Amino acid sequence: MGLSGEAMRWVVALIPLLPLAGFIVTLLVGRRLKLQAHLIPVALITASAALCVAAFAWVLEHEGEVFLYRSFTWITAGTFDVQWGFQVDGLTGVMLLVVGLIGMLVHYYSIGYMKEDPGYYRFFAYLNLFMFAMFILVLADNYLLMFLGWEGVGLCSYLLIAFWYPKKSASQAGKKAFLVNRVGDFGFTLGMFLAFVTTGTLQFTGVFAAADAGDIAAGTLTWICLLLFVGAVGKSAQFPLHVWLPDAMEGPTPVSALIHAATMVNAGVYMVARSYPLFVHTETALLVVMIVGAFTAIYAACIAITQNDIKRVIAYSTISSLGFMFMALGAGAWVAGIFYLFAHGFFKGLLFLCSGSVIHAMSGEQDMGKMGGLRKKIPATFWTMLVGALAMVGVIPFAGFWAKDEIIGATFVRGDYVVWAVAMVTVLLTAIYMFRLMFLTFWGESRADVHVRAHIHESPLVMTAPLVILAIPAALLGLVVGLPPEGGWIHDFLEPVFFDVESEPFQWLGEGGLLMLLSLAVALLGVYIAYVLYRRRTELPGRLAARLPFAYRASFNKMYMDEVYEVGVIRSTVALATWLWAVVDVKVIDGAVNGLARLWELFGERLRPLQTGRVQNYAFSIFAGMLVLVIVLAWVWGS
Amino acid sequence: MNPLEWWLVLAVLLFCIGAYGVLARRNVIVVVMSLEIMLSAVNIALVAIASFRTGVPGGGTVFALFIMALAAAEVTVGMAIVIANYRHRRTVQTDQYDELKG
Repeated sequence: MGLSGEAMRWVVALIPLLPLAGFIVTLLVGRRLKLQAHLIPVALITASAALCVAAFAWVLEHEGEVFLYRSFTWITAGTFDVQWGFQVDGLTGVMLLVVGLIGMLVHYYSIGYMKEDPGYYRFFAYLNLFMFAMFILVLADNYLLMFLGWEGVGLCSYLLIAFWYPKKSASQAGKKAFLVNRVGDFGFTLGMFLAFVTTGTLQFTGVFAAADAGDIAAGTLTWICLLLFVGAVGKSAQFPLHVWLPDAMEGPTPVSALIHAATMVNAGVYMVARSYPLFVHTETALLVVMIVGAFTAIYAACIAITQNDIKRVIAYSTISSLGFMFMALGAGAWVAGIFYLFAHGFFKGLLFLCSGSVIHAMSGEQDMGKMGGLRKKIPATFWTMLVGALAMVGVIPFAGFWAKDEIIGATFVRGDYVVWAVAMVTVLLTAIYMFRLMFLTFWGESRADVHVRAHIHESPLVMTAPLVILAIPAALLGLVVGLPPEGGWIHDFLEPVFFDVESEPFQWLGEGGLLMLLSLAVALLGVYIAYVLYRRRTELPGRLAARLPFAYRASFNKMYMDEVYEVGVIRSTVALATWLWAVVDVKVIDGAVNGLARLWELFGERLRPLQTGRVQNYAFSIFAGMLVLVIVLAWVWGS
Repeated sequence: MNPLEWWLVLAVLLFCIGAYGVLARRNVIVVVMSLEIMLSAVNIALVAIASFRTGVPGGGTVFALFIMALAAAEVTVGMAIVIANYRHRRTVQTDQYDELKG
């Protein structure tokens, strides 16, 4: 088989258009379809996912080629020219596969998870809109169209986090996500402006060609990259703009899986990877990317270790994983970063869907302190979640291991030993908190109350089937695409995109193999520590927390970042807004307007007595006027 | 002073008397009467000039006839308004007609 150019154009156009159609139709008629409202969106997403696979097959077949499709002009103004242009290459192919497949599975899962929700049709409409925006983001061939998708997914993220909007905390979390992302988007916008002013175009090919030709001054290029990275920091929840992601767990769990684990939060990583030809010319920006990524990785892991909400633990692990990806990009291990994104999409999506299944079984309970002993009661969820956790921790041969190991190896080979050490500590912490989660949830005695315990049940097939399907790539993806390390299939596949990256052949019996063993050992050590702490000597965690109260409280309270924002940003913003309102608006603006009105009022007040209402007074004025006129005329004519 | 000027002086005197009545009297019927005096004054001026200056035969007298006809009509309408106003507010004093006061 092989797609002709014409057919490929249809494929590329239909991938985003189908979910858009699904969104519009569902919005219009969904209310009437009631519990059948999922039929149209799910069918369209399935078709879209199939087309994603077709597009991926095209890339496989046309190795190294880039498919470009400029469909029609969006904006022209002088030299500013933006097309609805689409671009498919290896990177896009990987993203399409992740977005399309996980998106489809999450849609199926939602049929079961959202069944009794009054906003059933609304949920599917939003999901479809999200898919549309995400596809646009991934397929765009210029920064502005990418930004359209970028804002679109941000909007859907807001809508879906605040999906249960009557709940105060949910609507607050939605607003928080929206506002924090706005900070990042501002950076992205400035980066776009700077790129356009410098190169005169927003087309990827044009901007990259200018960078390659050296037409952009080094300082300017660094600034463009850093500003774009600010956008990525917001979208991919990196320190210090990560605060929205844990709160985003207020949304329904399928949303957490799709948007806040597998797809949208990857947009920042994707954008930096897409801008590879820019970043590759600027060491400074890459260094910033690496440091921010490494810091975020360990920082989020430190918080995850004490959280009790099952979804929050996974949310912090997502932040940590995204930090890993940025660390990889910054360290020049571009392929490894995308490989990790690829694998992470599957196993983190899986972990979230599993946690959703657990929450479903526990009648909505999210506190791990009230779970326990679920292993036998929900076996399908347990086994798939175990696969996800092992992949996350990085145990051989699961997907996460190969990807994570390449990143850690790259930092070591480059000589960034501090970053390497940070990564190793993060691996240890990751293993501890993931298996803390597993032990607290699935082993031991049930700590739920009697009513909840009586209700524990495995989720329906429509929810467990996606878990099983996702568990397959979570387990095997690394073996299929990542072997041998640093030279696997995915390296060949992405080589045309990251053309400059050189790597030495991996040595199983040399440095590479040793590092691999070391990281595996650290991961297993973490699992063992978790086993000791949460299975053998369950009194130890409490004693540790009592011995290190400061560290424990800092971790438990998320390093007080929310408080820092409260004091540093929110209070001053509120004070400024209050001042603008009470002084500038009320006194200056209203004062000017009201003062002018008052002036005319006074003027009118003075003129008022002239209006006596007596006809004879008016007649007198007429006579007097006539008289004056006659005298004047007589004088003029007389002289 | 030739005879025409005497006539014109008479006309001006009558006009001023009428104007004074219109502006100064408070009874609306007197005001209307004064208005008629002003019109008559103008008529006298027109007829006088027409009979002394013969260049334009009959010009001034035709004006005078028109003014008389208009004056008759105006009095009819005017008195009707006065009566209607009187019924409405039981007064003919113009200083009490001050609804339009600002």
